[in-house]
Amino acid sequence: MNTFAELIIVFIILIDLALAVTGSLSSCIKLVALQGVVAGILPLLAMHGSPHFRAVAFAAVIIALKGAVFPWLMMRARDRSGARKDVEPLISYPASILLCLGAFIASSWLGSRLPLPETGVAWIVPASLATIFTGFLLITTRTKAITQVLGYLVIENGIYIFGLALFVEQPMMVELAILLDVFVAVFVMGIAIFHISREFDHIDTAELSELSDWRRGEDGR
Amino acid sequence: MLLVLLSLLVLLASSALAFVLRKDPARAQDAGAYGAVAASLTGLLPAGRVLLTGMPETLALPWAVPLGSLSFTLDPLAAFFLAPLFILTGLAAVYGVDYLKAYEGKKPLGLAWAAFNILTASMVVVFTAANAVLFMLGWELMAAAAFLLVLFEHEREQSRRAAYLYLAAGGAGALLLLAAFGLLGRSAASLDFALFSVPAGGGASAVFLLCLAGFGLKAGFIPLHVWVPEADPAAPGYVAAVMSGVMMKTGIYGLIRVLGFLSPWQEWWGWAMLLAGAASCVLGGLFALAQHDLRRVLAYSSIENIGIILMALGLGTVAAVNGATAMSALAFAGALLHVLNHALFKGLLFMGAGAVLRGAGTSELDALGGLGKRMPRTLPLFLLASAAACALPPLNGFTGEFLIYLAAFGGAAAPAALAGIVTALALAVAGALAAAAFTRAAGTAFLGEPRTGRAAGAQEAGPLMIFSMRALALLCLLAGLAGPLLLLPVGTAVAAAFGLAPALAAMEGAAAPLVYVSAAGLLLISLAALVFAGRALALKGKQPAAAGTWDCGYAAPTARMQYGAASFSQPLTDFFQPILRKIGQYPVITEYFPGKASFSTEAQAVFYNSFYMPAAARLRDLAYRFSWIQHGRLQIYILYIVVTLLLLLLWKL
Amino acid sequence: MEIVKPLVQLLAALLLAPLLPGVINRVKAFFAGRRGQPLLQLYYDLAKLLRKTPVYSRTTTWVFKAGPAIGLAALAAALLVMPFAGRPSALSFDGDFVYLIYLLGLARFCAVLAALDTGSAFEGMGASREMQFAVFSEPGFFLGLAALAAVTGQRSLGGMFGVLTGDSWRVAAPVLALLTASFFIALLAENSRVPADDPNTHLELTMIHEAMILDHSGPDLAYILYGAALKLWLFGSLIASMVLPSHSGAWARDAAMFLLVMLGVAAAVGVTESVMARLRLTKVPYMLITAFAFSALALIFQMGR
Repeated sequence: MNTFAELIIVFIILIDLALAVTGSLSSCIKLVALQGVVAGILPLLAMHGSPHFRAVAFAAVIIALKGAVFPWLMMRARDRSGARKDVEPLISYPASILLCLGAFIASSWLGSRLPLPETGVAWIVPASLATIFTGFLLITTRTKAITQVLGYLVIENGIYIFGLALFVEQPMMVELAILLDVFVAVFVMGIAIFHISREFDHIDTAELSELSDWRRGEDGR
Repeated sequence: MLLVLLSLLVLLASSALAFVLRKDPARAQDAGAYGAVAASLTGLLPAGRVLLTGMPETLALPWAVPLGSLSFTLDPLAAFFLAPLFILTGLAAVYGVDYLKAYEGKKPLGLAWAAFNILTASMVVVFTAANAVLFMLGWELMAAAAFLLVLFEHEREQSRRAAYLYLAAGGAGALLLLAAFGLLGRSAASLDFALFSVPAGGGASAVFLLCLAGFGLKAGFIPLHVWVPEADPAAPGYVAAVMSGVMMKTGIYGLIRVLGFLSPWQEWWGWAMLLAGAASCVLGGLFALAQHDLRRVLAYSSIENIGIILMALGLGTVAAVNGATAMSALAFAGALLHVLNHALFKGLLFMGAGAVLRGAGTSELDALGGLGKRMPRTLPLFLLASAAACALPPLNGFTGEFLIYLAAFGGAAAPAALAGIVTALALAVAGALAAAAFTRAAGTAFLGEPRTGRAAGAQEAGPLMIFSMRALALLCLLAGLAGPLLLLPVGTAVAAAFGLAPALAAMEGAAAPLVYVSAAGLLLISLAALVFAGRALALKGKQPAAAGTWDCGYAAPTARMQYGAASFSQPLTDFFQPILRKIGQYPVITEYFPGKASFSTEAQAVFYNSFYMPAAARLRDLAYRFSWIQHGRLQIYILYIVVTLLLLLLWKL
Repeated sequence: MEIVKPLVQLLAALLLAPLLPGVINRVKAFFAGRRGQPLLQLYYDLAKLLRKTPVYSRTTTWVFKAGPAIGLAALAAALLVMPFAGRPSALSFDGDFVYLIYLLGLARFCAVLAALDTGSAFEGMGASREMQFAVFSEPGFFLGLAALAAVTGQRSLGGMFGVLTGDSWRVAAPVLALLTASFFIALLAENSRVPADDPNTHLELTMIHEAMILDHSGPDLAYILYGAALKLWLFGSLIASMVLPSHSGAWARDAAMFLLVMLGVAAAVGVTESVMARLRLTKVPYMLITAFAFSALALIFQMGR
């Protein structure tokens, strides 16, 4: 069972790599959904003994949310805003993949330094930190607003996995708090995206710099 | 030891003779060349003897210079560096006789030969000196002699620029070395190497850094490499071979000596050398890929190989600090073996480039082509040297790198294993880049159709040039196949340099793989012979037809349509554009039937333009602020002298 | 020292290598709804080519004639190093995987020089792209072999594949899975398979390996095609030895298992070629960098455990 959990962790890291390099918006959304589902399954595997009903129910809720509801909301936002289908990265493919790899190496080093309780699965902490870094990578190197939301979702995935390293059986309050956090974020972002797309021509954050009057004419796009 | 001194005297005497006879170029040439060859043969004997027996020889004479003494030591490390020195200078002298024939009457050949022999003599002094003052004497003489030789074609602006750059780098390096030697010998009666003591705490690191920079300016690793791509192409072919093959190695020799003084080592020294070496080999290979002059390609390839040697030294240091003696010994052995191998194949490459320059009048890759048909005896030698430079079995470039790989994969504990992985990765990338660079250079120059009239009318190299090149090619092949035999002298040199007595035993582990490599090399050659025989059998009785190269039915193919040097490397140089910063001049075509257009790309000297030039400009501006001190009035100058004397008196009181 | 078994292994490799491209072509034909060439087509082609009289371009020198021969010798020498069915072959020593990679580099060096000798723009194009891909694929391949050395604790190919068993997969599954993926991508790139290069295209602007051998004919072309089959065998045996290591102790059973898995690898290559399209030329380095990332991840996982 432990090796299976390890394989899942590897899978999460591979999804991180794929997220760093994917070029199309819909595959980005699908990958984030997949990562959320896999992260939801993880606590069931890392637990010893038979899983509680509560844990299974909670995992089911998370999987439903991250695997169905959020992607549906994202797809709707993308279609409604009429954005182009590609991701428009600011840095090239090799740079993205090397940065992601570097983030993983940094996470491994950090993970070995942090004073954390021993977990059954070896790579949870580096994987979670790497996922968080990948989320930051998505936020800083992509121009569209949707990818900002996706980056935030990826960070949430990472924090969730990190939490697994600390408590294998999470108290209900922590779980609910995280879930509410994510839900509110997506909701707010969704509203923000709709409003942005209704007031401006597109959801490209580079264009948002035109909000400041005194910048106009200095670097016309 | 006496034989080494004898060769030294022969060199100095022949140099003086060549200078005296400079009005008669033929006699001067004879004096210089025969003297160089005689000295080489004389010097090889003691070097070989010391390497085989492992017993150092010393000689000490008193000297009137303060802090100095004429003490020479020929230990296995020095002997290991003397061997390629003598081999290369002897063969280069033979090569030079034919090479300089074209300059008879136009250039002062006597002066050139005098400078060449002084260069060799000074390098002998550098390798065998056991006193810092003697060492610096040899060092500066070496710089001066090479400066004169770089200025051989002083009528060209590029040569003058190269010479100034070389002198500046050498001068800065010498200053740093003086500081380092001062720190090492601060509490000794004279600056003898045997009397050196390690300064406490940060002092040792300071000495290390001063030596890394000082010797690095001569060795030429990135970022201290800026003079190499200018000076190597400016010097005549045979001098460039010696400069690149041996002179740059004096920096490595100095670094190894100082490491020997500075025990115990600190780990970050090893990491500094490793990272600098890794950067040098990858960037050197990359820059070599982007050059359009054959000799600049070879200069950057030298930088790449020096990077490999430095990286191996760093790996050995890290491993030694972490207690992995076997790994450390292997890494140092790989570094030294690569010193020898690089001297051999780089010397051959520069000689080939000299032959191209002599024969075709230019070494611009995009103006050459098809030289293989016009220079049929140079072609196989240059291709063999290129294969050796790419570290392809069964030639000698592979054996040194193989030892470094063995060291890199031998690590157990974490820091040493990480260092090993970085080394192996850098070597792999550098190897692939070097392969691309050399296939490009050799292919564009020698293969295909000639791109200009000059290439079409190229002349074959002279008989003495061919003789030297063939000798070096044979040595490359032998050194590749005789790897295990070379392990003994390398081992004694490593043990002498670093005092790693268990090193010799640890290196037994390397003997078996090297024997296999040599056996595999012989098997490869026999397999090739078998395949050729099969081919001859298949072609028996058949008469192959001749036709033009397939051109897809295009009616009028020209030689300019071939892939040139710039186009061959374009996919790679475009990918690495942020590092290479190519400048391109692209035509703007607006009509439907455009007429003539031209296009050019050039890879800039990135470090020189982005770092050294702005830094030099800042320094110059700072210096101008003080130009008010010079205003030409005699009275104020005398006032300066009086004020200085007063200040000195006050200070002493 | 055993001579018979390594000799038999070498002969088997030499004889069976041309079967692999046949299997690939048959699988591709199956996907296309065709019957396809006979399985032994490459053998027939080689026999035909050896009988033909070559045509040499007037621009070429002896380099053009020697290139394919030396390349084939290098690849045959590489066979001497590569283990067969988990058993070390004739030459097995510490660091022999380094030797293997540089032998492949020698074969590439000869091919590129022979291509540049023709003075044609097509061969130059193929040669330039070939060297570009080598810069990206060699580090990944190297790191992968280093990771394999770390997993098995051995420094020679024979040692590595001798130690690798089904248990190794149980213990280090993620590492070995990543390595298999990385080596498979390297196989596709080095053997000019889709998505790196299309072996069936005859548009010069889209060819890489095919463009380099455009002017060769007769026995030289036979050597090149046979060498390509040997290279496919080399990479295939790497993957086959890793995927299903079989150590029952009986040589015949292990050999049969190994050959079966080799055919399976060839079939997998055929399937990949049929379901994927060829990548745009500028994207091929990205694919190779992905292979490098897989190898690096595998190495990090291995070093961290």
